[in-house]
Amino acid sequence: MPKDSGIGASPKRREDVRFLTGNGNYTDDINAHGQAYVHFLRSDIAHGTLNSVDTTAAAAMPGVVRIFTAADFEGVGGVPCGWEITDRHGNAMQEPKHPVLAEGKVRHVGEPIAAVIAESLEQARDAAEAIELDIEELPAVVDMKAAVAEGSVKVHDDLTSNLCYDWGFVEENREAVNQAFQDAAHVTSLELVNNRLVANPMEPRVAIGEYNRSTDDSKLYTTSQNPHVIRLLMGAFVLGIPEHKLQVVSPDVGGGFGTKIFHYAEEAFCTFAAKACNRPVKWTSSRSEAFMSDAHGRDHVTKIELALDADNNFTALRTDTYANMGAYLSTFAPSVPTWLHGTLMAGNYKTPLIYVNVKAVFTNTVPVDAYRGAGRPEATFQLERVVDKAARELGVDPIALRRQNFITEFPYATPVAVEYDTGDYHATMDKLTEIADLSGFDARRKASVANGKLRGLGVNCYIEACGIAPSNLVGQLGARAGLYESATVRVNATGGLVVMTGSHSHGQGHETSFPQVIADMIGIDEGMIEIVHGDTSKVPMGMGTYGSRSLAVGGSAMVRATEKIIAKAKKIAAHLMEAADADIELKDGEFSVAGTDKSVAWGDVTLAAYVPHNYPLEDIEPGLEETAFYDPANFTYPSGAYACEVEVDPDTGKVSIERFSAADDFGNIVNPMIVDGQVHGGIGQGIGQALLEGCVYDEDGQLLSASFMDYAMPRADDVPFYSVDHSCQTPCTHNPLGVKGCGEAGAIGSPPSVVNAVVDALQSAGKTDVTHIDMPLSPGRIWAALNS
Amino acid sequence: MAKVSMTVNGKAASADVEGRTLLVSFLREELGLTGVHVGCDTSQCGACVVHVDGKAVKSCTMLALEAEGSEVATIEGQAAEDGSLNTIQAAFQEHHGLQCGFCTPGMVMSAAALLKDNPKPSEQEIRTYLEGNLCRCTGYHNIVKSIMAASGQDVSALAAE
Ligand code: FES
Ligand code: FES
Repeated sequence: MPKDSGIGASPKRREDVRFLTGNGNYTDDINAHGQAYVHFLRSDIAHGTLNSVDTTAAAAMPGVVRIFTAADFEGVGGVPCGWEITDRHGNAMQEPKHPVLAEGKVRHVGEPIAAVIAESLEQARDAAEAIELDIEELPAVVDMKAAVAEGSVKVHDDLTSNLCYDWGFVEENREAVNQAFQDAAHVTSLELVNNRLVANPMEPRVAIGEYNRSTDDSKLYTTSQNPHVIRLLMGAFVLGIPEHKLQVVSPDVGGGFGTKIFHYAEEAFCTFAAKACNRPVKWTSSRSEAFMSDAHGRDHVTKIELALDADNNFTALRTDTYANMGAYLSTFAPSVPTWLHGTLMAGNYKTPLIYVNVKAVFTNTVPVDAYRGAGRPEATFQLERVVDKAARELGVDPIALRRQNFITEFPYATPVAVEYDTGDYHATMDKLTEIADLSGFDARRKASVANGKLRGLGVNCYIEACGIAPSNLVGQLGARAGLYESATVRVNATGGLVVMTGSHSHGQGHETSFPQVIADMIGIDEGMIEIVHGDTSKVPMGMGTYGSRSLAVGGSAMVRATEKIIAKAKKIAAHLMEAADADIELKDGEFSVAGTDKSVAWGDVTLAAYVPHNYPLEDIEPGLEETAFYDPANFTYPSGAYACEVEVDPDTGKVSIERFSAADDFGNIVNPMIVDGQVHGGIGQGIGQALLEGCVYDEDGQLLSASFMDYAMPRADDVPFYSVDHSCQTPCTHNPLGVKGCGEAGAIGSPPSVVNAVVDALQSAGKTDVTHIDMPLSPGRIWAALNS
Repeated sequence: MAKVSMTVNGKAASADVEGRTLLVSFLREELGLTGVHVGCDTSQCGACVVHVDGKAVKSCTMLALEAEGSEVATIEGQAAEDGSLNTIQAAFQEHHGLQCGFCTPGMVMSAAALLKDNPKPSEQEIRTYLEGNLCRCTGYHNIVKSIMAASGQDVSALAAE
């Protein structure tokens, strides 16, 4: 029987009612009294010297309040980067200044040059057209390998080159890895592109700045996954506002997928301008602006090589990757191709020797940063593609080759510096074999062929690292912040609880799932528990939601705070029942004295905490409110096995996904319905990457895919129903809930199986020379491969 | 400026608008119906779908003045007076057909228009009909399932139960 409440149940989401009735409160739904509107004049060229910005005529236009340029930001900090990478020679990465408004040069299409504030948005737009720009166009550099070649145009004149860093990992293993390749019985190599993507949450970004001249307090409403991180970065590094003078509110947020983690120039601008103009200012991104100002994702070019011995055991892995940073370093950009990517290169396999080289490169493109999975999809894609190719070259079954090389003993220390606590890769592969009905594939292929279609099957595994992250570890790796989470649990006199969590929900359903955990701990109804998030004035501290960390880190903080609540409540109960603390038991919302029939209800204890007439005042304080900070001991390591079946139309090259199955191990599950939904959404995005999506620049740095007309988002008709299963559960050993995180798995695990399936389909038609096609697998590319 | 009058969710509404004012802006800014969302500027996403005289319309593609005299229905008018959800809304909640909720008003309004014309659509008919509604969160699985359930079809045997 499925449970109907608590951990493991799937209650209906409580947030749904407001969303389904049009009563959500998204940032653009908020209007401040007396607000003015911001329009950014953005560069339409990719690279140029900014000789002058003449705002004289524009400033005289109707409704204009004020126009800002870089000159207004003298003495104001740049938009900071939150992670410093040390290169393979021990040097710090090159880190250019990222001004709020372009300073001296423009470096990508979409970079804001000036901002007009006016009484209406139309007036602001009209005035922006009257700004006179003198920009001397320079050659742009878009291709990464060209950008690091001798004599390339430099994106930043004050840096020595366009190379941000040249990272080697594990540098000490480099020679041993090279030796293993010399000794190998077989080497498989593959060059591939991990296509540049635009996250495109359906809600565009919005920022509203407010200033209170009486108290000198600033307030920012913003569409962020982590308002506290914005408070920290913007307050400390850009505007110099102490945290207690700066309130950041992220109300209902319409999807994030990574791109709403970062601190953006528009946020700092609106906060700054509200004070400078002494009135609220509002900026709402259009979708076109989003394409050229939201940080993009992926964009790696990789060569990967796998060495095997004569028995098909993996003996070494070597990769060489170019990772695009774009024109500036976005908040977490340097960490994505390094620590979130290199550390995952062992995958599910006991490859003993691994060396990863990553060259991060500046180009005249929009900054690139984390997008759902961030580094882990790039790692999984290349690894699972090269393993598939190796199986084909060796003439062995791709699943058997994987199984032969699986890690089977845990904890397992990989050669790339992480320790997997738990997992069972054979179990998820067994489950996949069952739910994907792999034994029925041959019959389905025959049926497809009879219909004039090619059919292919692709399978892959994945491992990811979630629950980012132990602060002491990430500190050593270059993070400039701690990555703990905090929760404050306040119990009201009448027994209801409010959890103020630093995690942020923008689709994940925390308002529903977090209470399930506490309800089980105390034995009370979920309806008595409410979640507050997304407002730095209500939630004192937090680090937000990314890297599938909310339940593993934020949920653990909530559990720790609730444990403190229970411990204190037991002391109060002991006093009320004149018993020893140690004898008090809590079950189903009742405190009892072990071995007696004495009991007192949860509500009586909470009332006593606030009306302490009969209360152990000499031992404990009144009130029932506790805060916990939780800093994890390790990452969590979800894993799984995915299968995709495609049909390819040989006449048109069109691919259709016929079946998609996912067997995941997320450890313990709090709300299976929500977990299913997270996996569905991730798979949808992974299929989008594999088949449809590609962010394209021309060689002059013009963004060709700048709207939904040119950038193909997956639509309902592009995807099938998915078969997902998470019954394989090896609980995480180091967090109190045994949970691992499920938000990114679908996007990490799905692209390789789609490409493996298409290659399989083409091979089945005798195209044995087609061993790889780069994503997105558009009909044109498939047709060309079929007709090569 | 010109005066525009229409009926919105059963109530008379009128205001002076500029000729270029879009219906979506009129609904959001003049009437405060912020359940009508804007997700793009190229008429691709469907977050703004409302009904005008019973037909699903992307309110970002229509001028407010073009809706003069029309009956307009938005997401805000779909639940009963007492707040109870209509069949489609309830199915979306029951089957987790929404995550962040941003595409949801458009999805629900599109689904209502579909079911009016085609009370028992097949999976494929639903997927085809939703061509103009983007969702970035759900991978569409539970949206399609919700609409099938709202039309009275048994969805218990669908994958991933
Ligand atoms: S806002 Fe995107 S279609 Fe109307
Ligand atoms: S639920 Fe977020 S876009 Fe559909």
